[in-house]
Amino acid sequence: MHAFKYHRPSSVNDAAALAKGEAKLLAGGQTLVQTMKLRLASPSDIIDLGTIKDLAGIKSDGKTVTIGAMTRHADVAHSADVKKAIPALAALAGMIGDRQVRAMGTCGGSIANNDPAADYPAAAMALNATITTNKGKYEAEKFFKGMFTTALGAGEIITSISFQVPKRAAYTKFKNPASRFAIVGVFVADFGGSVRVAVTGAGPSVFRQADMEKALSAKFAPESVANIKVKQDGLNSDMHASAEYRAHLVTVMAKRAVEAALK
Amino acid sequence: MAVKVSLKVNGKSVSAEVEERTLLVTVIREHLRLTGTHVGCDTAQCGACTVSMNGKAVKSCSMLAMQAEGADVMTIEGVAKPDGTLHPMQAAFKEHHGLQCGFCTPGMVMNAIDFAKSHPNPSESEIREALEGNLCRCTGYHNIVKAIGAGAKAMAAGK
Repeated sequence: MHAFKYHRPSSVNDAAALAKGEAKLLAGGQTLVQTMKLRLASPSDIIDLGTIKDLAGIKSDGKTVTIGAMTRHADVAHSADVKKAIPALAALAGMIGDRQVRAMGTCGGSIANNDPAADYPAAAMALNATITTNKGKYEAEKFFKGMFTTALGAGEIITSISFQVPKRAAYTKFKNPASRFAIVGVFVADFGGSVRVAVTGAGPSVFRQADMEKALSAKFAPESVANIKVKQDGLNSDMHASAEYRAHLVTVMAKRAVEAALK
Repeated sequence: MAVKVSLKVNGKSVSAEVEERTLLVTVIREHLRLTGTHVGCDTAQCGACTVSMNGKAVKSCSMLAMQAEGADVMTIEGVAKPDGTLHPMQAAFKEHHGLQCGFCTPGMVMNAIDFAKSHPNPSESEIREALEGNLCRCTGYHNIVKAIGAGAKAMAAGK
């Protein structure tokens, strides 16, 4: 790991003031620390958000579940409030990485990193989340811009993510057995006639599957998506799975997600 | 630049002068000379470096020492009683031969102890799921799973 200067700000404002040039924000560090060890990232400064008060916590008001950016995956997975309001979101958090990673990794870190195979972006997109930063608010739709790219600007720090509570929802993931990242993950959320389907792992960044949303909005049943063929153009192809295989998996995972949501 | 990190390890307050980029596992192994915590893959996959931080199992190769400032860390050296009596989970690993070469064992035990706190009577599938972040290259999982099941029950019984 290359050397850097370490900062431990006590407020979001102080952190934002430090976040200039080649500085990087450190949330749980479950991606960033390893990336730095491999020298794929060599920030000049590390700004540790770990000791800023009020960045972690979960609030639920019946319509939305708001998760503080520094809330650990394990805390979301075990939260009685999240399990009650959006069980699919708690289940998703409990599927990330492994239990040691979930003890450290954070919701805000995952959203800000926007790994093509990360789980949280699928939830944010399907649950029409609002991402709140120190500078403003974004709809999920306008936040995820591409592979490891978001709408976040310099000195901009996610403070919380608000997920809308659906009538029913489920997330199914075909995971890489070694890394537990999604080869394909599909989050289906039914808001009572209006259905959102978000796909992670398959493309360079999370995306919505409009034809499935239309079919499921007409009839929320597995057979509505079973025969929808997803085009492989632009999907990821790597040692783990070809684009053709991923395209096929989107339909399979969507069907299983609908089945799970109906249970 | 050297910075100071202060934390509790196995109940004792310790501090070390480290570089800012120093990992927690480096402080544990090289500064405190507690070499029971192992570095296996060094890429957050194998879990040999698992320690308990504020009661939760974490991978000490995946965090900066500075992130553990003020934390209460327990390593495998702090698990047994001072008189040498093994922790129930350690005893279960011994009883059920939950190790072959032993390299992964400290991380397995540290993760298992944390897991067992919330799972007093875990099923085999729950144990295998909990072990997703720990690799045994001897592939000795069968007895590790048995050991964790027995260790969890022993912990719940207060043995």
